[in-house]
Amino acid sequence: MTREELLQKVKAQLNDKILNFCELSPKRVYITVPPEDAFEACRFLFEECGGRLVTASGVDTPDGIEILYHFGMDGQGMVLTVKTKIPTREDPKIRSIATFLPGALWIEREIHEMLGVEFEGHPDPRRLLLPDDWPEGEYPLRRDFKGVEG
Amino acid sequence: MKRTMIPLGPYHPLLEEAEFFQLYVEGETVVDMDLRIGYQHRAIEKLSENLHFDQVTFLVERICGICSTSHPIAYVQAVEDIVGVEPPERAKYIRSIVGELERIHSHLLWFGLAGHFIGYNTVFMWAWKYREPVLDIFERVTGNRNHYAVMKPGGVRRDIPPEDVPDILRMLEELEPKIKMFVDVAMDDPVLHARLKGVGVLTKEDAIKYCAVGPTARPSGVAIDVRRDHPYAAYDKVDWDVVVMEDGDVFAKAAVRLLEILESIKIIRQCLENMPEGPIDAGIEEVPPGEGIGQHEAPRGEVFHYVRSDGGNSPVRHKVRAPSYMNIPTFKATCIGESIADAALITASVDPCYCCTERMVVAKDGKGRTMGWNELLRLSREKTERIKKEIGVEEPKWDLPEVSFRSRR
Repeated sequence: MTREELLQKVKAQLNDKILNFCELSPKRVYITVPPEDAFEACRFLFEECGGRLVTASGVDTPDGIEILYHFGMDGQGMVLTVKTKIPTREDPKIRSIATFLPGALWIEREIHEMLGVEFEGHPDPRRLLLPDDWPEGEYPLRRDFKGVEG
Repeated sequence: MKRTMIPLGPYHPLLEEAEFFQLYVEGETVVDMDLRIGYQHRAIEKLSENLHFDQVTFLVERICGICSTSHPIAYVQAVEDIVGVEPPERAKYIRSIVGELERIHSHLLWFGLAGHFIGYNTVFMWAWKYREPVLDIFERVTGNRNHYAVMKPGGVRRDIPPEDVPDILRMLEELEPKIKMFVDVAMDDPVLHARLKGVGVLTKEDAIKYCAVGPTARPSGVAIDVRRDHPYAAYDKVDWDVVVMEDGDVFAKAAVRLLEILESIKIIRQCLENMPEGPIDAGIEEVPPGEGIGQHEAPRGEVFHYVRSDGGNSPVRHKVRAPSYMNIPTFKATCIGESIADAALITASVDPCYCCTERMVVAKDGKGRTMGWNELLRLSREKTERIKKEIGVEEPKWDLPEVSFRSRR
């Protein structure tokens, strides 16, 4: 599959779900989808397009938490990023993709403890990196995080 | 059969870094395992948000002492991706040369340790002996044996002057037959075959499901390599091969790494020969708002950096993904069903790097807090006790003495 064929396939399948399609360069493509469609977009890229989940980045923004699922399309020499914004900073939730993709198990745990996003259906939502006595409700990668006693 | 939990760590018997495996065994067979990490967490991603774009290069260089140039290569490419500049040609060649020298020393380090892990200490001493000249070349070319500080957004900080080239070539000339000897020895040695073949197999399906990278994926038949698939630096200007094997066992992982050293030697030779004259820095003045991605094939697999800028002096978000982050979870697929004696070796076979995997201490109000030896010891014992209680492990109480620690300084 060439790069153009792949992009056509992605556009055809996710047609009504794509809010914004942005080709920053031949090697970097960003697709914005609503949070409820991020699961389906990731499933399609992994299972039907040969995408390899590189990682996911969580970003705290003033009007919500953004999650970027970066897929390495190794046959096409491009990184395709599925971008979605959960429009709230109070108790943000999104469907877990780790249910079909074990490669996402750790990164969803990390985004959960660092940014306070709940991944619904995650099989093992324990902390990954923070210590056991870290206070509940303190998310170090939130922009309003002020530090904790200790 | 009764199920027993065997704790491996947090002070690991083989590796230098702290991590905690809980192996559940029935008889001698591992039936389940849990991985607990977080002991090396240094808040690199958070620290990065408080540093200037140029300073972050040196911060990420300190994520790992072994693959110390891999994170800067990925990071500077992410910044270049935001700005939309390409580094000058000569800088690209220098990046590839430093990257490949690092791969050689890292793979030799792993091969030596692997020999040590299976009680083959001759391999350990020889591999580390042959690694030493590579570090000497690093000192000659970059000024440091580790933490080379060569990369910068827009190019490189140091040129490789023509008078250094013969020394690098001579080192490669002397190293190549030694590596070939290792390849011959490893491929034919009946002891290594008996010890490593068929042990800890990672199937191709599992490698894809866990999104494994680098010399953990390639021995399982997954032919991915960022240097070829997402070309950068000078990798698309030289002739080399991606080493792939099919068996997925510890033997294949060792073989892939050894053969990759020979490919690295090939790459460095061609780079030194073809390196054009010219500037080494594109001179980035400022970083506009935007987002960028940088990748580099580190010795352990793909390093991935995502950087977002709002036009200020520091990244507003900097995500770092080290290769071991994807490779360590494959233990779930490779250790279960194996014997307890093999578990330590299998976990070592992905060349795990915990400093890289965990990256994030929070210093409050800019002030760090220093802990004494006894305090750290107490914290560590308390944590072990707490974990034991959580998982229901009972053992006789020891009357532990207070350990005195005298600093060498």
